Amino acid sequence: MRRRSPEPLVWLLFSAGGMAAALSVPVLLFLFGVAIPLGWLPRPDHAHLLTVLRSPITKLVLFGLCVLALFHWAHRFRYTLYDGLRLKKLSGLIIVFCYGGALAGSAVAGYVLLRA
Amino acid sequence: MTYVKPISTLWWLRRPSYFLFALRELSSVFVAWFVVYLLMLVSAISAGPEAYHRFLDWSTGRVLVLNVVALLFVLLHAVTWFNLAPRAMVVPHVPPVVVLVLHYLLWLGLSAALAWVVLR
Amino acid sequence: MADTITMQVARYRPGQEAEPVFQSYDVPLRKEWAVLDGLNHIKDHVDGTLSYRWSCRMGICGSCGMTVNGSPVLSCATFLTDYAPGPVRVEPLRNFPVVRDLVVDIGDFMAKLPSVKPWLIRDDEPPEGEYLQTPDELDDYKKFSMCINCMLCYSACPVYALDPAFVGPAAIALAQRYNLDSRDEGAADRRDVLSSAEGVWACTFVGECSTACPKGVDPAGAIQRYKLTAATHALKDFLLPRGAR
Repeated sequence: MRRRSPEPLVWLLFSAGGMAAALSVPVLLFLFGVAIPLGWLPRPDHAHLLTVLRSPITKLVLFGLCVLALFHWAHRFRYTLYDGLRLKKLSGLIIVFCYGGALAGSAVAGYVLLRA
Repeated sequence: MTYVKPISTLWWLRRPSYFLFALRELSSVFVAWFVVYLLMLVSAISAGPEAYHRFLDWSTGRVLVLNVVALLFVLLHAVTWFNLAPRAMVVPHVPPVVVLVLHYLLWLGLSAALAWVVLR
Repeated sequence: MADTITMQVARYRPGQEAEPVFQSYDVPLRKEWAVLDGLNHIKDHVDGTLSYRWSCRMGICGSCGMTVNGSPVLSCATFLTDYAPGPVRVEPLRNFPVVRDLVVDIGDFMAKLPSVKPWLIRDDEPPEGEYLQTPDELDDYKKFSMCINCMLCYSACPVYALDPAFVGPAAIALAQRYNLDSRDEGAADRRDVLSSAEGVWACTFVGECSTACPKGVDPAGAIQRYKLTAATHALKDFLLPRGAR
């Protein structure tokens, strides 16, 4: 009998992150990464953004988005390295790098958002 | 005495569908970049108006090119994600096309809501 | 329309060649001829040493899967005229060891198939007559029951190419065919194999298996659905105390 793997839980995080990213990242990246820097849209007022940001709901939503998106990256990138670059031999190292990176990134996100 | 064909590390260049798959998988890197960019933006906003405007000035040039590429990859992620969703998520008595359309409507609605919160 | 087409057929004769070489044959190009008819013409009239598998010529036995111009297809259901003016390149199914010419060793798939227990599992004694089922219940798994074990999906799957331990598309789709059958009670018996690292979790949803499938089975969809099922189970195991499951 084969051993059960911890894979289902990381896959759930990957899926939740994939959904969260697909739903919300394109518009946010378009606004803040492309349209506003290019001047297609007026720069939002700083005071307005600060008010939005300081709301606990915004902080919670952004924290959730960051954590899930990072675990989405970790899981998918792990398989990209396994299959795309044929590095499955290094799977121990890759797992530490990917999921460890996502954990560290989540901690940074928590710190940045709490301080904001 | 069987023959086993060796597999190239660049196997994903062999067929267009494999290459599109490789691009789709690579989109995760740009999702991660978005998180970094978002946290930098949040830091800048919380540091005050000067830092906020300095950040947006910095976001032109090379960073803008990166963001445009990232946007294309993130859109690829979103479209492939929603298109595959009805096959992974089977709801009894609901046709797959309805599940598909609902995903796109949700995407549209949420995008509009987020844009409204930011720009209002 | 030209009246002949060139077929470049991969030849591998152990002891004679270290790796496959292509041999060209000109065969008549007829509207009603499939790639398999071209091969039969070669075998019967040109070169009797060519080896390949086939049986029914009507897309149901699953024997004649080959790689034609790079894509995994049933050679009986792929017409020569679609490749005119040619040449048509015919190779053995990818991802399997080649025994000779277009014949591959399917032992790995044959060993994996029973590991997912693709049959009805019941604890009770069989009834007089048959187990009853409504048309709606039949629809829940019918698509997955169309599999003819032709292995085109394994040939299309890059994950299987990279990791031969992967249980693979057809075997998992067949497991789902029984898991989703209202008459079956064996889902728990299949769980260990399906939710192992070599089971559904190895799949990265490339989706090529479903593109290649000549029967519309959608193994990729079956695998993703099982991931959701397995993840739900794992979450229950993780959150609920042992007694409450």
